[in-house]
Amino acid sequence: MIFTADAPVTEFLQQLINGLSLGAIYALLALGYTMVYGVLRFINFAHADVFMIGSFAGYYLGQHVPAGTLWGGMSVLLAAMLICAVLGVAIERFAYRPLRGGPTLNVLITAIGVSLLLENGGQLVFGATPRTFPQIFPFTRFQFGHLIVSSNQLVVIAVAAFLIAALQLIIYRTRMGMAMRAVSLNPKAAQLVGVNINTVIAFTFALGSALAGAGGILYSMNYPSIDPLMGVMPGLKAFTAAILGGIGNIPGAALGGLILGGAETFIGGSQFSTYKDAIAFGILIVILLFRPSGLLGRRTIEKV
Amino acid sequence: MHFPLRTLAPFTLLALAAVMLPGCKPKVADDSVIRVGEFASLTGKEAAFGQSSHKGTVLAIEELNAAGGVLGKKIDLISEDNQSKPGESSTIVKKLITRDQVVALLGEVASSRSLEAAPIAQAAKIPMISPSSTNPAVTATGDCIFRVCFIDPFQGTALAKFALSHLKAKRVAVLTSVSSAYSVGLSKYFHEEFLKDGGDIVADLKYSEGDKDFNAQLTTIRAAKPDAIFVPGYYTEVALIAKQARELGITVPLFGGDGWEAPELLTIGGKAVEGCFYSTHYSPDIPTEAVQTFVKKFRARYNGETPDAMAALGYDSAMVLADAVKRAGTTDSAKLRDAIAATKDFEGVTGKTSIDADRNASKAAVILEVKDGKFTFVESVAP
Repeated sequence: MIFTADAPVTEFLQQLINGLSLGAIYALLALGYTMVYGVLRFINFAHADVFMIGSFAGYYLGQHVPAGTLWGGMSVLLAAMLICAVLGVAIERFAYRPLRGGPTLNVLITAIGVSLLLENGGQLVFGATPRTFPQIFPFTRFQFGHLIVSSNQLVVIAVAAFLIAALQLIIYRTRMGMAMRAVSLNPKAAQLVGVNINTVIAFTFALGSALAGAGGILYSMNYPSIDPLMGVMPGLKAFTAAILGGIGNIPGAALGGLILGGAETFIGGSQFSTYKDAIAFGILIVILLFRPSGLLGRRTIEKV
Repeated sequence: MHFPLRTLAPFTLLALAAVMLPGCKPKVADDSVIRVGEFASLTGKEAAFGQSSHKGTVLAIEELNAAGGVLGKKIDLISEDNQSKPGESSTIVKKLITRDQVVALLGEVASSRSLEAAPIAQAAKIPMISPSSTNPAVTATGDCIFRVCFIDPFQGTALAKFALSHLKAKRVAVLTSVSSAYSVGLSKYFHEEFLKDGGDIVADLKYSEGDKDFNAQLTTIRAAKPDAIFVPGYYTEVALIAKQARELGITVPLFGGDGWEAPELLTIGGKAVEGCFYSTHYSPDIPTEAVQTFVKKFRARYNGETPDAMAALGYDSAMVLADAVKRAGTTDSAKLRDAIAATKDFEGVTGKTSIDADRNASKAAVILEVKDGKFTFVESVAP
């Protein structure tokens, strides 16, 4: 297919790529919300701030590796994921575990508290001024006719796809994954058959937070201006994406992220760009009206 | 005797109020200084604006105090940070007025935040001078609100003429921030003049403050094939917009207003903002004596840093206020207000300041270009 100069089809494809790379990041974040919900039945509002910490970890680490190299980028990505995993486990251990067994509402409020702590603590430690995120991965632009894809967008889509696939493998092909599904189905019964529920929950938080960390790095690569409140809006969008796809459902979270990213991009590029966010959230309301449990959410399906 | 508790409540409250009210009034005893309140975005998204403006203001106050102050009193500048957040300015301005009992207010750069503070200053009849808010609505709030810079109808017109004559751009795409009063206003005045002069707006897209992804809007703009892109926003977003535009292969120049003026435009934008233009209030390259003395003093005070337009206006706003206090001979707010309103041909760094009937100043604008990672003077546009 040959593209003539900026034909509508080129514009459409360009927007599709834009939407895909934005949606991939929402999907990564949405997975964290949905996994914690699947296992513990509460929304971890601090998730979006773990995303921010991941991005700041990348900012500091990125200054110690040569810029624009593949191994440098990969090591920063992995280190940030590790830092976020540790942070996620710590948050669960010290903020949520002491409240386990109590009403879910208490944990929910605590989650909001942790979120505020990270946001305001971040402003104290990092300062509220936006910083420039370093170009950690090599950067090139690929041009197909008038269609332009940046290597950043490709890295974002590839890393997100890889992580989502890896997550599916962990959940459906490993013993730990089986334990997670068991806890999700019925925590008491899982304990009765010898599943260590503390380990499973800690693992879930580690996994979800690592994905948030990766999301933080990928987001900052595409939009290289970071600040301690950067997680708020993407967090809200990812939470919406998780609900859209059916909270507790992993492919649903990924699908929700892509739909939201796509909707935002196509509306943002139209004459209705003023109402970009309003329409994106409006779509959520419409879908929930017709499918109250989300696109792929079914009450009986295994939720992790 | 039995009183239901409820009937007693109002009396208790009254009694409490009677006891507490005198205590609420802070000791006004300290009459030896003139307290001036400054509210600025010292941290956050537009910290570069707040910091620059603040540095200029501090320099002016230090100079005045070193020369013995005004009316034989030193000026005490009380600065508060609004973190560039909506909602904060009204809180801190209330605090400055009621608790610190300032005689006048200096602030803000961003029009949205000046608009938050203005009604509060107006209600308390405390004169407020905005150093660099350009949206006309700011001073329209009431007769206590002034500014020492030009307003957006002029800036928008100047930019429209510049696009047609200098950039030779007949087809322009516009990308406006819908959540900033400044951006919406400037965009509107640009539209009016540009269309009147025979230009063509080929795409008109919007974004919100705090957005990071502009690929969607820029892809649409690219398809419209403009000769130039008008981005009347603030530097944080502008830098990201420029970056993403270049990544999408858009090579035409971007241009905008004084919201671009910050070193962060260069650090975040890098090569992407090369060859882009913006209008502002002053350039350190202007060879007049007033500007050069100011640049020299500023550099000596702040480790060789070159003052930008926000710094120059921050300086001028404090100087205009001090001049008005001198002429009024008192810090009584009504007399001070009249003195500020009567400011005529005050020689400042950013040119002669005369406050007009709408409490605005009319001044020349300068157009700068980003060239080799520096802001370079292009031309001056007279009002």
